[in-house]
Amino acid sequence: MSHDGHHSIVIPAPGPEFVPHTVAHHFDSPVQEFQACKLGFWLFLATEILLFGGLFAAYFYFHEAYPETFRLGGQQLNWKLGAVNTTVLLLSSWTMAMGVRSAQTSQKKATILFCWLTVLGAAIFMGIKFVEYKAKYEHGFLPLFGGFEVADWFKDTHHVMKDVPHGHMFFAIYFTMTAIHGLHVLIGAGLILWIIKGASKGRFHAGYYLPVDLVGLYWHLVDLIWIFLFPLLYLVP
Amino acid sequence: MTTHTPHVDVHSGAHTGTTNYLNNTSGFMSWAGTLDHKRIGLMYLIGVSMAFLAGGIFALLVRLHLWSPDGALFTNEAYNQIFTLHGAFMVFLFVIPAIPASLGNMVLPLMLGAKDVALPRLNLLSFYLWVTGAALAMYSILAGGFDTGWTFYAPYSLYTNQAVISIGLGIFILGFSSIFTGLNFIVTTHKLRAPGLTWFRMPLFVWAIYATSILQVLATPVLGITVALVALERTYHIGIFDPRLGGDPVLFEHFFWFYSHPAVYIMVLPAFGIISECVSVHSRKPLFGYKMIAFSSLAIAIISFLVWGHHMFTSGQSTYAMFAFSFLTFFVAIPTAIKEFSWVATVWKGSIDLNSPMLYTLAFLIIFAIGGLTGVILGVLNVDIHLHDTYYVVAHFHYVMMGSISLAFFAGLHHWWPKMFGVMYNESLAKLACAIIFIGFNATFIPQFIMGSRGMPRRYAEYAAEYQPFHQASTIGAMILGCGVALMFGYLLASLFAGKKAMQNQWGGVTLDWMTPTPPPLENFHQTPVWRGEVYDYSTLDLRSTQTPVS
Repeated sequence: MSHDGHHSIVIPAPGPEFVPHTVAHHFDSPVQEFQACKLGFWLFLATEILLFGGLFAAYFYFHEAYPETFRLGGQQLNWKLGAVNTTVLLLSSWTMAMGVRSAQTSQKKATILFCWLTVLGAAIFMGIKFVEYKAKYEHGFLPLFGGFEVADWFKDTHHVMKDVPHGHMFFAIYFTMTAIHGLHVLIGAGLILWIIKGASKGRFHAGYYLPVDLVGLYWHLVDLIWIFLFPLLYLVP
Repeated sequence: MTTHTPHVDVHSGAHTGTTNYLNNTSGFMSWAGTLDHKRIGLMYLIGVSMAFLAGGIFALLVRLHLWSPDGALFTNEAYNQIFTLHGAFMVFLFVIPAIPASLGNMVLPLMLGAKDVALPRLNLLSFYLWVTGAALAMYSILAGGFDTGWTFYAPYSLYTNQAVISIGLGIFILGFSSIFTGLNFIVTTHKLRAPGLTWFRMPLFVWAIYATSILQVLATPVLGITVALVALERTYHIGIFDPRLGGDPVLFEHFFWFYSHPAVYIMVLPAFGIISECVSVHSRKPLFGYKMIAFSSLAIAIISFLVWGHHMFTSGQSTYAMFAFSFLTFFVAIPTAIKEFSWVATVWKGSIDLNSPMLYTLAFLIIFAIGGLTGVILGVLNVDIHLHDTYYVVAHFHYVMMGSISLAFFAGLHHWWPKMFGVMYNESLAKLACAIIFIGFNATFIPQFIMGSRGMPRRYAEYAAEYQPFHQASTIGAMILGCGVALMFGYLLASLFAGKKAMQNQWGGVTLDWMTPTPPPLENFHQTPVWRGEVYDYSTLDLRSTQTPVS
């Protein structure tokens, strides 16, 4: 925006493989832009926590109401796969942090590499999730196809969950929470791919790495929520 | 007065004088794709006004139906849909976004001396999310309507064979619109204040919008997950809210009111902000108890998260929880009364200008006192058991939501109309409309207090004959109210085409929104203003600006 004496603030590129960044016209300084966007993103993360907060509240409520159902339900999950997934996500948080660090120090190739490693982590996580969901589907826990209703899940009389009250309730919570979390993993992976695209064009460097920073924060939140989901669902006390 | 220098440096610079945000560019895309907070605010204003008119027509249909005990107009099923539409349109499409998204968008960056909100693209996204939500609401009507009441209580909302999923998706999307608006305003207030404009020099409208925004960001996600779970219940019968499957409908009510009680303050806090501006400017006096009003907004925001259970006194909570919720509910009255008393003390011995914004403001002060005090009565546990789900509750929350919030919205509309458009409406008609609205409103809802306290249940399509006089009085009142609102929209729209030119500073305000050219140019200020001195210091008013017409 250049009229009436307004002139754009441009952050120069640190090298030929990078492009300069133009500060949005309504900000007075790069610092103001950085701080405003970062504060906004932290607030957005707070809304994500509250969104999951409703699900966590439902978990604790029904865990209290049907403890035996939840204990038995948790035993149906494969805690080893869950633990592998926890490790994968923790490692991917580290690669994401390294990606942010590389952007801050203008290391273009390292930024792209670490972002790809993070996407790989997301892919492994979702792959294992798929294996788990598939097993649950084959055991009749997942009503995704063919017009099942949860109420019908346990009509099969030899089913292990048939003797506890409202045996479907654990899996209702499990699928709702992990599916919404999985959706966030996919969104996060998509955002990281977008970062890779921008990084390839040289948009992110020591002078401007805001999007990398924000996507990194998002990825850490996705990781953090899983760290709560894993013990609550797989290791039910 | 002439010896004072304005305490703000607003370098008028090299502006052409005739270019403002309304006419600097033209064409459909210059509006549909605009990032200018003023244009977005204006588009919101048109949108929420249309939602208000639609919701108002539904309200008049409800009142006409209740003219006779057997129901005068519709089948009972159709009546259930119409009162649901009235509630859903008014709450989700009008009252929640009305003040922050339209007037807040328009004025907040001006008051802060900022060129725009901090995140203009997100602001435009908020608007389109609102449009999408409104479109889904319209689609839900075409797809068969919904009859759950605006509260969508489980288990009925899980079983009814109507368009609950599409309106639920609409509410989910409207929730994100609200979250993004609030998020934007918090960031703008933190990061884009003009140099020298410290927290306690901000106009109280900004404080009110800031407190509102905190609620929008922290409460709305819970509504989002709640309607998402209702949708999952309806598609997969997961059972969380369904008592047949081991779920708990009371959990739905907890989730719903965890959002919807703070939502009441999302609606009313911006109204408080407008009233704070109006009592000060039109009494030409600094606000009495500025800091107390500012802090009371935050106090209300915090307490509002702790009182949701008072909507559920008859739903089956533990007795101890009810004691706690009842007790905490009384606490809301304290910061609210601080505001009311401070406003009255501001008007006291002021140089009162009884123009139309001030008349709407005074009407608010009376109606809000009634709306607030009747709420305290409902907070009393044993009284509420008697009054729960009666017309007394309906009258109480209409005194707050229609009487107080809409009147404050009208006050703000009249207050900033000359700023937004550079024209003045017909002041005589404005005063007349205000009187009609005030009379019509009270005629509508005072009978509802009486019949509610005598046991008339809310939401019934038919009623016992003994309540007929009250219902008829209420219906007549609603017609008067409708005429007043129609008159108001009429002269406001007429002013755009045939209105007199407004003054640069029509009312003699001393906050930054009155220190830009009228209507404001694209980036509000030709240079970032520097604020010196205190807020609401009328000794610095440059009287010439109140006598210079817009160019």
